[in-house]
Formats: sequence, C-alpha cells, structure tokens
Amino acid sequence: MGLLSDIGRFLLMLKGMFKRPEKASMYWKELMHQCVEIGIGSLGIVAIISVFIGAVSTIQTAYQLVSPLVPLTTIAQIVRDTVILEFAPTLVCIVLAGVAGSRIASELGNMRVSEQIDALEIMGINTKTYLILPKIAAAMLMIPLLVMIAMALGIWGGRLAGTAAGIISPNIFDKGLAADFLPYNVFFALVKGYVFSFIISSVPAYYGYYVRGGALEIGRASTKAVVVSCVLILFADYILSALLL
Amino acid sequence: MIEVKNIQKKFGDKVVIENVSAMMKPGQCNLIIGASGSGKTVLMKCMVGLLTPDQGEICYQGESYFSMSQEQRTSIRKEIGMLFQGSALFDSLTVEQNIMFPLDMFTTDSDSQKLKRVNEVLERVNLKDVNRKFPAELSGGMKKRVALARAVVLNPKYLFCDEPNSGLDPQTSLVIDKLIKDLTVEFNITTVVNTHDMNSVMETGDYILYMYQGKKEWEGTRKDIIFSKNQLLNDFIFASEFLKDAKDMRMLEETGKMPNVRNMDELTRP
Repeated sequence: MGLLSDIGRFLLMLKGMFKRPEKASMYWKELMHQCVEIGIGSLGIVAIISVFIGAVSTIQTAYQLVSPLVPLTTIAQIVRDTVILEFAPTLVCIVLAGVAGSRIASELGNMRVSEQIDALEIMGINTKTYLILPKIAAAMLMIPLLVMIAMALGIWGGRLAGTAAGIISPNIFDKGLAADFLPYNVFFALVKGYVFSFIISSVPAYYGYYVRGGALEIGRASTKAVVVSCVLILFADYILSALLL
Repeated sequence: MIEVKNIQKKFGDKVVIENVSAMMKPGQCNLIIGASGSGKTVLMKCMVGLLTPDQGEICYQGESYFSMSQEQRTSIRKEIGMLFQGSALFDSLTVEQNIMFPLDMFTTDSDSQKLKRVNEVLERVNLKDVNRKFPAELSGGMKKRVALARAVVLNPKYLFCDEPNSGLDPQTSLVIDKLIKDLTVEFNITTVVNTHDMNSVMETGDYILYMYQGKKEWEGTRKDIIFSKNQLLNDFIFASEFLKDAKDMRMLEETGKMPNVRNMDELTRP
C-alpha cells in the first residue's frame, strides 16, 4: 500500500511539473544553475573514478588473459567494451546518485522544512515546475555528457595503466580500440545514461520535496533517495540490457 | 477584505479547526491568538491556500478562494505577502537577491528599478548595508525584517505573519510589531498575524480572534479584551500576576479612573 501510494504521488509530482512557467527567463537561469551544480559539480569525482576504473580494468584483464594465443589487442577491446557498456554509464551513475542525488534530496528537504517551498507557493510560483523540473532537465542534459567523458577518461586510464605497467604498448592498445568497434554500444550507453539520469534526479527530488519533520528526516530522506535510486539504476540496467542487447 | 466562513479542517479523525468564521478588514492588524495546538497555524495555512479546508470558505474580496480557477488563485497569491515563523529566506541567495526574487519573477522592471525598490523596502524596515549578506550572517531580528521586506516588496493587499516575534527579544519584537502596524496602515493592507505575544496583542490588535481547541472562543478589539469576562481568554492572556495587574491598571485607565501614564509621557515629552 505504501509503495503504491509512493508511486502514485511520484507520478502526480511529475504531472504537476508540467505547468506554464511564470517567467521563462527565471526558469532558464535556474536550469543553468542546476547544470553547473550537477554537471561541473560532479566532474571531478567522475574523472577520478573513470580513470581508475579504466586502469584497473586493463591490469585485471591482462592478469586473466595468460594464453599466448590471445592477442594483446584483446585487452584493449575488453577494456573498451566494459567501460562503454557498463562502467561509464552504470558505475558513474551509481556514484552520481550519491553525489547529485543526495544533494537534490537534502536541498529540497531543507527548503521544505524551513518553509522556503511554502514561501514560493505563497508568491504564486508552481514549486514543482520551478524546483523539480530544472533539476531533472539539467540532470538529463549533463549526466549523458558526464557518461561520455567517463567513457573517454576510462579508456585513457586503461591505456595509461597498460603502458605504465608494461602490459601493452600504446600502439597495440590503440589498434585494439579500433578493432571491431560497434557504435551501437555508445548509443546503448547513452540510452542508459538518459534513463539513469532521470532516476538520479526525480527519485531524490520526490523524497526531498515531500519530506516532513526536521534535520533527522532530511538525512533519512537523503539516504533513502540514494538507496532507492541505486536499486532502480541496477534494475533498469538489467531491463535495458535484456531489451537492447 | 478576507472573510473566513465556517472553516473546518481535520487531520485523520482529529478535528483541528471547527466552524471558525471571521472577518479581516483592510488597514488593520487582525490577530489570531491561542495556545499551542489550538489551530492558529492551520487556520492561517487554510487562509493562504497552503491547506484545503474540509468545509467552509475563504473569501478574498467576496470571492471564494477554493472555488477560483488556478489562474485566479495564482493572481490572488501574487497579492499576498507572508512572513514565516522561521523567516523562510532562501539560504543560497543574498539579502538583495531574496528581496529581488518576487520582482524578478513577476515584474518586467529594469535591474536598476528593481534595485531601487529593494533599497526602498530595506530602508523601510530599517536595514542598511546588508544587501550582500547571506541569511546565515544575519541575526533573528534582521532575518525577520528581511523577510518582511520581501513580503511587502510587491505591495501586497494581504499580509500574513506567522508568529513574527517568536525567538526575538522584547525590544526587537516591538520593532517588528511597529513595522507590521505601520505598513498595514500606510498601505491599507489586510494584515493577519498569528501570535502568542501578549505585547503584540495589546499594542497592535485591531481585531482579535481567540482560538481554543480548534474553535473560535472569542473575538473583539484589544480594548474589549480588557473588559472581557471570558474566563478562558483571561486565563490565556493574563496568565501571570504581573499581567493581571497590568490588566487592572489598563481597565482603570480606560474607564478614566486613573490617568493614562503613557499619554502623559507623550504630552510632557520635550
């Protein structure tokens, strides 16, 4: 019953977002602000994670491919496909659920308990449109971009680690990268990026917007938002893989 | 003018407001008083449309708020200013940006016009050199004054103040009360104040509605309070011996049996 009520309220929240903005320029400003917060604000952690994940992938793949019959270019192919198909979209989005998701939930939660949302309502502003829509739109604009950056940095990290550890030369790595490359994999990763970015932004927005109580409840809502987002990301990952691959 | 007609509000099985009616006139401070949990805040939230009553009507200029279309409600809300108990200033914005926010959202004024208006209202609430400060850098009284400035920046017809003196020292409370009273008279605003503060009641209350356990127990002016025989009201307002003495003195003053010391002070002031 609680789950159904949550789903119903979540859908009503989404429906409530699509109202005519009071002033387009203010909404544009808010969208840009959220793009900076979500995109630029998460760039550092995305870069660090991507480089190291790529590096670890190269080393671990090389460790398992001991047969002299398997060409070294295979290492690059495996790293490329793993990073593009799974690590860049899924792992990065799980991290973003923690970074951006908890920020969205706590920001809206704080605005709710300190009556800032009520203040906006009293002014005649549709708070769902003004506060939630720009966050979801910004996430859907910036997170796929971050996923693309993560792909590039992950592969670069793998190349760097392979060279540094003397596993694979840059030339052979580059050759492996170009071999049997499927552009569809990038499309698939971007589809995942869009779906996950919607989850990362809308689920925490829901938990933050409807929080009741004080600081403790904001913390709880934030944690719950991250947990639910992560579970939904993994579930959506499975469904998308089953449907699109 | 705001008319409250037979408002009833329940949360689950608990009746929080029961058949409350009132008439709030422009140019006067209309006070809702009562103990904690008596339904004051719920009544105010129903009046501004943050809560929907189960029964009854809230009429703005004779038109029922809850029968209005969404567009009409939005336009009424643009005429409402509200001062929240916790000020409800936007943490991430400076004082200037907080006050400018309604202007940015609802006017097409130039930046210089908006800034001029911001400075006007800041001056009106006796605040200087705070434009670039963030709410976290302000004292409680300053926050209330900034929130009041934001509430009146669009020249509202209706001003709602939810416990404007909570958490403030008596002197700052007086400043806030005076500001609310002056703004109400100056701009002929229909002001509704939700308060516990007995000083506010006696200084600013043009119309007073006393709520007890969700019901309207008493209504009248601050002068009526002095002569009221309502035991619940007297127990609430004149709870301490000091306040009982003050009431007796005020009664003597009002009936002319004792000179009004405050007025004499005014007269003898050089």
